[in-house]
Amino acid sequence: MGIYRDTLVGPIFINNPITIQVLGICSSLAVTTQLKTSLVMGLSVTFVVAMSNLIISFMRNQIPSSVRIIIEMTVIASFVIIIDQFLKAFLFEISKQLSVFVGLIITNCILMGRAEAFALKNPPFLSFLDGLGNGIGYTMILVFVGAIRELFGTGKLFGYEILTNVSNGGWYIPNGMFLLAPSGFFIIATIIWFVKEREMAIKKRGKR
Amino acid sequence: MEAYLNLFIKSIFIENLALSFFLGMCTFLAVSKNMETAKGLGIAVIFVQTITVPLNNILYRFIFKQGALANYGFGDIDIGFISLVVYIGVIAGTVQILEMVLDRYFPKLYNALGIFLPLITVNCAILGGTLFMAQRDYSFSESVIFGFGSGIGWGLAIVGLAGIREKMKYSDVPRGLEGLGIVFIAAGIMAVAFMIFSGIQL
Repeated sequence: MGIYRDTLVGPIFINNPITIQVLGICSSLAVTTQLKTSLVMGLSVTFVVAMSNLIISFMRNQIPSSVRIIIEMTVIASFVIIIDQFLKAFLFEISKQLSVFVGLIITNCILMGRAEAFALKNPPFLSFLDGLGNGIGYTMILVFVGAIRELFGTGKLFGYEILTNVSNGGWYIPNGMFLLAPSGFFIIATIIWFVKEREMAIKKRGKR
Repeated sequence: MEAYLNLFIKSIFIENLALSFFLGMCTFLAVSKNMETAKGLGIAVIFVQTITVPLNNILYRFIFKQGALANYGFGDIDIGFISLVVYIGVIAGTVQILEMVLDRYFPKLYNALGIFLPLITVNCAILGGTLFMAQRDYSFSESVIFGFGSGIGWGLAIVGLAGIREKMKYSDVPRGLEGLGIVFIAAGIMAVAFMIFSGIQL
């Protein structure tokens, strides 16, 4: 039982795709100006990475290694199309806001990275769990960054006012910097800093 | 003519793929350790971008655009949903062909770019360029300019970051920020600098 739990939970905290493996940075910066878009993006990536890991793992003994990248791409792209159509049908507003970034899930490094590093070498169910775990770890960081950016950038969360804006007679002056591109870099850098410091502290304690 | 020049400048500076849309970040952060490799990758991206964006533009305009198939007597069928697979297929195919052609006819160039070409298939900047082209409905000549310009913009950004990182080798960085953390911050400050251009109206 242990190996299943480790595969699922490991990438969520200890081996997080964004902060430790540094995969999938592009979308984690670009779509996180709002909590809602970050959440939808995270869930979409979770679905695609779990399912494509499962399928690629089923085919792992049949794929010739010389053309494996194209095959992996095709599998991934098929699931991205499903998600793209789903969002267009049921969450049209959000799919408009995400614009090209739904399509760009295809080139999200998490997908290729996990397919190459894990799904090609492990049985289907384990690969599925690995995909799920990585997806959840990714979503967690995305939601965290999205919450910070939306809260301090506009004073809202999910569109509801938390910090009352000055323009509505409140006290909070929205910090527009958080809505602009560079703040994403700074927030992720801070998260990485924090995670690394914590890791070093744990290592030091272990040595004693 | 003026419109093309504007588009060119816009795709390099104002709508820089790396620093204002965050495309191709993985390679952007991973391969910018030294100047030479960054230059090689930058040139490879310009090369591939200039080829794939117009190529996908042809496909987009004659097959995937809404109503494009009506010209061939298929009526009102819209097969735009499979465009994603085709675009990525074209990109992967182009990269593969380019690799073989360079290997056969331009061995010198191949030695310089060779290792970066496979990386480019999974570089979001390339697919991103194509998707922006489709979303903004560029004409063929516009797509050539846009592909070339956005490639240059990305190359410029990675060369700039590589320069900063080389200078930073000797600086005293807080321990937890060493490695990737400080690169994020440097890239963030570069993005702030590039925001200067966003006020320019063309």
